[in-house]
Amino acid sequence: MTHTLDSKVPSGDLSSKWTQYKFDLKLVNPANRRKFTVLVVGTGLAGASAAASLAEMGYKVKSFCIHDSPRRAHSIAAQGGINAAKNYKNDGDSVYRLFYDTIKGGDYRSREANVYRLAEVSTAIIDQCVAQGVPFAREYGGLLANRSFGGAQVSRTFYARGQTGQQLLLGAYSALMRQVHSGGVEMYTRREMMDLVVVDGIARGIITRNLITGQLERHAADAVLLCTGGYGNVFFLSTNAKASNVTAAWRAHKRGAYMANPCFTQIHPTCIPVSGSHQSKLTLMSESLRNDGRVWVPKKAGDARRPGDIPESERDYYLERKYPSFGNLVPRDVASRNAKMVCDEGRGVGSSGMAVYLDFADAIARDGRDAIEARYGNLFQMYERITAEDPYKVPMRIFPAVHYTMGGLWVDYNLESTIPGMFVLGEANFSDHGANRLGASALMQGLADGYWVIPATIASHLAGRKLAPVGTDHPAFAQVEADSKARIDRMLAVGGSRSAFEMHRELGLICWEYCGMSRNAAGLNTALGKIRDLRGEFWNDLKLPGDGSGINQSLEHAGRVADFMEFAELMVTDALDREESCGGHFREEHQTPENEAKRNDEDFSYVAAWEFQGVDKPEILHKEQLDFENVKPSTRSYK
Amino acid sequence: MQITLEIWRQKGPTDSGHFETYQAKAEPDMSFLEMLDVLNEVLLAQGKEPVAFDHDCREGICGSCSMVINGFAHGPEALTTTCQLHMRSFQDGDRITIEPFRAKAMPVQKDLVVDRSAFDRIMAAGGYVSVNTGAAPEAHSVPVPKENAEQAMDAAACIGCGACVAACPNAAAMLFTSAKISQLSLLPQGQPERKARALAMVSQMDKEGFGACTNHYECMGACPKGISVDNIARMNREYLRSELLP
Ligand SMILES: Cc1cc2nc3c(=O)[nH]c(=O)nc-3n(C[C@H](O)[C@H](O)[C@H](O)COP(=O)(O)OP(=O)(O)OC[C@H]3O[C@@H](n4cnc5c(N)ncnc54)[C@H](O)[C@@H]3O)c2cc1C
Ligand code: FES
Repeated sequence: MTHTLDSKVPSGDLSSKWTQYKFDLKLVNPANRRKFTVLVVGTGLAGASAAASLAEMGYKVKSFCIHDSPRRAHSIAAQGGINAAKNYKNDGDSVYRLFYDTIKGGDYRSREANVYRLAEVSTAIIDQCVAQGVPFAREYGGLLANRSFGGAQVSRTFYARGQTGQQLLLGAYSALMRQVHSGGVEMYTRREMMDLVVVDGIARGIITRNLITGQLERHAADAVLLCTGGYGNVFFLSTNAKASNVTAAWRAHKRGAYMANPCFTQIHPTCIPVSGSHQSKLTLMSESLRNDGRVWVPKKAGDARRPGDIPESERDYYLERKYPSFGNLVPRDVASRNAKMVCDEGRGVGSSGMAVYLDFADAIARDGRDAIEARYGNLFQMYERITAEDPYKVPMRIFPAVHYTMGGLWVDYNLESTIPGMFVLGEANFSDHGANRLGASALMQGLADGYWVIPATIASHLAGRKLAPVGTDHPAFAQVEADSKARIDRMLAVGGSRSAFEMHRELGLICWEYCGMSRNAAGLNTALGKIRDLRGEFWNDLKLPGDGSGINQSLEHAGRVADFMEFAELMVTDALDREESCGGHFREEHQTPENEAKRNDEDFSYVAAWEFQGVDKPEILHKEQLDFENVKPSTRSYK
Repeated sequence: MQITLEIWRQKGPTDSGHFETYQAKAEPDMSFLEMLDVLNEVLLAQGKEPVAFDHDCREGICGSCSMVINGFAHGPEALTTTCQLHMRSFQDGDRITIEPFRAKAMPVQKDLVVDRSAFDRIMAAGGYVSVNTGAAPEAHSVPVPKENAEQAMDAAACIGCGACVAACPNAAAMLFTSAKISQLSLLPQGQPERKARALAMVSQMDKEGFGACTNHYECMGACPKGISVDNIARMNREYLRSELLP
């Protein structure tokens, strides 16, 4: 089965495409909607908003999540805010400016039509969330407050203290629970999707594992929506929640869904550094800290003095030095790479030497401690709780960490993957952020996909194709269930000596070392070998406790690690193939004499969509050419 | 650090469960869950079953982690979830007891894992504003006084972990339920369904088998997000209002 990559972007003027397209789409008659069953896997912002909205329209929805409650999806952890082109500040924002900033921020590796639509529906997201009772920050006049975020020149970010993701997710979750109550949604918690069932080339269901009983279960449907989040945990250490995984996406990939741009990963510059070999995850410190904190390291390599003992003249405020006009506010990728560079020069600080200072002394002297506390009090407290150091007195130590993945399953304008009937929403798809995501835009995209895009575009499938009735007694279900069982049994049968935890950590180190903040051909080739070896070891030396029945958290984790082991190879392959530097992907061979990223529009202005051929077989690369009709690609410069 | 752990082990919902003693090594800058990760690696290497526990975000926001540590839900530090607790809060040589959150309405599923689906059912009973996607008015058409928005946010900060229930001598879910009722009753968007919501959520809470509130306020002490018992007072007022003025 091969597919041609048709993005299905409608023709016409950029600003009227979406409206015209919605008008042209066939509709599903309201009376017929209850005849269609839609499976929504994942209850983060994308999944919860999609499941609630589709059920409100009358579709029969089944919703699945790994957690004990849909409210615990990883989206809950987002801190900073959500963008929307409301222009409430009258500072010149518009749908077009948000579109433009997102295309440019993504380093010209995303699809114009999708990004424009995202900017267009952004304003309705805020209306919807406010109506749900999301307690956004407000001004004294009772109107919504905004802040500028991630170096944006307009104030378009809406926020709820430092818990924006939590509040948006609880809004979507409440809409979801309302549908559970009215019978529109059947909720399946503590379920992990094991595989996708494809019948006659169309996605017709999934196999899940009940994480409490260990039982495999079949669910048949007319459409399947994957809203299963990003794959940042392939690096083991990341800011993602521990259960975040690539499993659902990877299993679908193995059934025919193309994986796009897996090498586009985002590394966030302001995270708390690793403190020891026991470390299990990394904690993000909001980017807003760079508004007042100054980043520096000692000028001399190996300078072990305490920060207070290093005189001003012996400090290197390297971002201010190299980027005088943006200074400490350069974009995430630039800030991250420079931190790595100074640490590689031996000028990193802290016991590991893998950290830089973020110093608030000047801001405190200038604005007073109270002002700084009002701005960042909760972040300072979080830092102190983790490190036992007081950032009011000593500079924070920060280091970049994996945070977000722009790559994901390839989707067309309908958010449909290369498997008809399977749609992909939220961080799990590749669609809107190109090679680099702007701050506060992931929440926007998840909700745009779930509240506004899929309720319209799902009709392209449900009303546009003739779907033969398929039940769980179809032989394809028995076959895929048997595959899932065989895989679990195979893991349990290895009986080796190494834990999945330990091998996941090792995989993460390989990915971070060779496919992290900066990459080169030799390193990537080394990584490929190491990943294959480790994968071999995994299947020969895995040690698991217990069996497949009942709660077995080690088994759950091992299944996800097994998929990361395969996925990592594709991520590295994609990084090797993309012979240019763009956004979060920095190839050392492709840089300017001043060490800045050198993009190659001539040869790489495409989406790399990979087609699975079998484990240990090279995947086939399909290219979706990106055409820029409205924005002319230019070089990003922050000097 | 060398510590002795007394951990509740229970194979499944019907098993009666018991404490097991383990010796563990830790570093002061490890988080509490990292200490358990290390223990689990040791247990696995010894061919024993690792300890099952819920966790995900490991930064105090998802509400997954749920342990009673030395008798305190989420351990000894105020305003801290289990996952945010660090070993530096303990001393070398300490003996630490770890149990699941216990309540009739939150049965143990395995070791430290409990079933908190009752919370979802309380939310489903009325913890929302009935607004379909697409039916919302422009966000600025309804201003919300800053004071109300702030108070609503204080209540909305609840992470649904269940520590309030675990800490309450009556295993009441008043703090959890009242936080949502408060949030929505403070906002103009929540007004139309205000009465029905209070009645429905309280009645579901009772149906789930949670206990009654007898003003111990242990819930507030255990709450990692500092949700105030003022919310319970507000819920009681909302409930009475709904009963008296239907
Ligand atoms: C610390 C942090 C802070 C952030 N801050 C911001 C911010 O301020 N602004 C912003 O815009 N973005 C932010 N982001 C990014 C943003 O939070 C995420 O990209 C976004 O929430 C992803 O939403 P989602 O719905 O796609 O997936 P998720 O929220 O990750 O949800 C995935 C869902 O899928 C389920 N699932 C996964 N696999 C399976 C399976 N196999 N079977 C069944 N279910 C499965 C999970 O249980 C979960 O319900 C932040 C990210 C992090 C890590
Ligand atoms: S693991 Fe998320 S709150 Fe503790």
